[in-house]
Amino acid sequence: MAGPETTRKEPGQAAAPPGADGGQDPAGLGAGLDALEAVPVRRAPLTEVLIRSVLPPIVAIALVLAVWQGLVWAKVTDDYKLPSPARVWAALRDLWLRGELLDIVWTSVSRGLFGFLVALAIGTPLGLVVARVRFVRAAVRPILSGLQSLPSVAWVPPTLIWMGLNDRMMYTVILLGAVPSIANGLVAGIDQVPPLFLRAGRTLGARGLRGAWHILLPAALPGYVAGLKQGWAFAWRSLMAAEIIASSPDLGLGLGQYLENQRNNSDMAGVLLGIFLILFVGIAIELLVFAPVERWVLRSRGLQERAR
Amino acid sequence: MSPALTTAKNAPTGRGPARAVPAVRIGRVHKVFGRPGAPGQAVLDDITLDVRPGEFVCLLGASGCGKSTLLNLIAGLDRPTAGEIDVPGGRPALMFQEHALFPWLTAGRNVELALRLRKVPRARRRPEAERLLELVRLGGAHGRRVHELSGGMRQRVAMARALAQASDVLLMDEPFAALDAITRDVLHGELTRIWRETGVSVVFVTHNVREAVRLAQRVVLLSSRPGRVIREWTVDLPQPRRAEDPAVADLSREITEELRGEIRRHGRT
Ligand SMILES: Nc1ncnc2c1ncn2[C@@H]1O[C@H](COP(=O)(O)OP(=O)(O)O)[C@@H](O)[C@H]1O
Ligand SMILES: [Mg+2]
Repeated sequence: MAGPETTRKEPGQAAAPPGADGGQDPAGLGAGLDALEAVPVRRAPLTEVLIRSVLPPIVAIALVLAVWQGLVWAKVTDDYKLPSPARVWAALRDLWLRGELLDIVWTSVSRGLFGFLVALAIGTPLGLVVARVRFVRAAVRPILSGLQSLPSVAWVPPTLIWMGLNDRMMYTVILLGAVPSIANGLVAGIDQVPPLFLRAGRTLGARGLRGAWHILLPAALPGYVAGLKQGWAFAWRSLMAAEIIASSPDLGLGLGQYLENQRNNSDMAGVLLGIFLILFVGIAIELLVFAPVERWVLRSRGLQERAR
Repeated sequence: MSPALTTAKNAPTGRGPARAVPAVRIGRVHKVFGRPGAPGQAVLDDITLDVRPGEFVCLLGASGCGKSTLLNLIAGLDRPTAGEIDVPGGRPALMFQEHALFPWLTAGRNVELALRLRKVPRARRRPEAERLLELVRLGGAHGRRVHELSGGMRQRVAMARALAQASDVLLMDEPFAALDAITRDVLHGELTRIWRETGVSVVFVTHNVREAVRLAQRVVLLSSRPGRVIREWTVDLPQPRRAEDPAVADLSREITEELRGEIRRHGRT
């Protein structure tokens, strides 16, 4: 920046350097600069959003159904191994008419969400401490990363022995699956906070807990939200594993138990329906809860283009 | 240590007689980075400098001479290895070369956060933030997101946020270095106006001689490796100044010569 000015030597000062015209009308000039440089923000029209983001998945689903039906018509395997889409649909109707569908889904979803919230309450302070306390970090971070790659089904046998066949055992498996993801996400988010924000916060007087609340946590939010999303995926997976393995009539009937029961009844349409419902719930929670939160977090910081 | 020379003596600053208590007192400050066992080269060596209340001082020096280090010490973000730094009015406000605005808050909320951390009651924050944005000519930008603003606007919001701290002292670390020439020139005018309206003491760091002469009442030239005060100039020119004023250009040339000599000295060894 200083280059041209510090080496300028010509004595005649009549020729003003470019951009030295501030004295005349600073407000007007400033307003012009702002108008030229400011980034206009626009929202995509609804039809564009629909065509871009709703149409492609519908086409993909239609394609899968068509291939599936084609395989059934071609009789590639026995009827009881591959029921037609219509029979799975009939199983769904049947479940709905018996009034059980919502109960089953809700049993699992409420377990999953409650377990996730508890995991949130444990994982967040844990992540904060691991990120900020050097000794704890060195001790706990590798364990957290390791736990993240451990399939949570592995926790089902020991928790069955510790807790017995009950809801507490389900929640324990969920926690063991989700807490490491949430804590790790927060640690990664905090590690990525630019030091400049922390210094700016300190000059504004945000130290200690106030600094964590006003600067550190909001700055780490993108990584944290990514961790939450992964934490939910792990919570849901762990719960399904627990429900399938540890099914018992004493426990409320959830999606995992439903799937396992249909297997015992050799009802392949019901088994497929169970899988679709598990998939559907996972996707629905992701789309209804996490995707909007993530989009809002990224967009409000200018980290994601609109209209994509 | 070379004594500080004053070229243009006892110029009236236009801000009343210098009072007994300086806004910033820097006494024989040394700074060495590195561990106690393995100290590195001295970055700052025996810096002594007082800033009078309401004064506008520019610290000038080549890149890497320790200007940011000195500013961080005054801001309390780091501690001197030896010597004393006293800011009687309390924690100074600091503006960085990068705007350092928090992207998760709107422009207005950034200003309000500074007020909140200063424990201004909730009801008074919004109008106060509006007033400060008005002061930097950004009235109406309260709800704008940081990424929607131009570079010049961001630095002005950063200035409003720094002013929201209501410190007696405003430290500025090359705040306009990343801006284009025209924007920078406009912001020089705005800064001079705001300084005169608020009466805040400003310590402005730059490696740009013309910027220093345009803005300051006093220009302090630092040497490099180690950073020492090698010379001071009192700039006795009326504000608002323009970069192309002959007097500004003349003094700039003189200071540039001195700075060049200092830089050349390092090439010889
Ligand atoms: N935290 C640090 N640790 C070690 N050396 C540093 C640190 N900060 C700055 N320095 C060194 O101190 C010198 C002065 O740096 P700085 O104050 O940033 O210079 P300036 O702002 O004048 O360009 C540089 O040589 C730099 O490498
Ligand atoms: Mg610097």
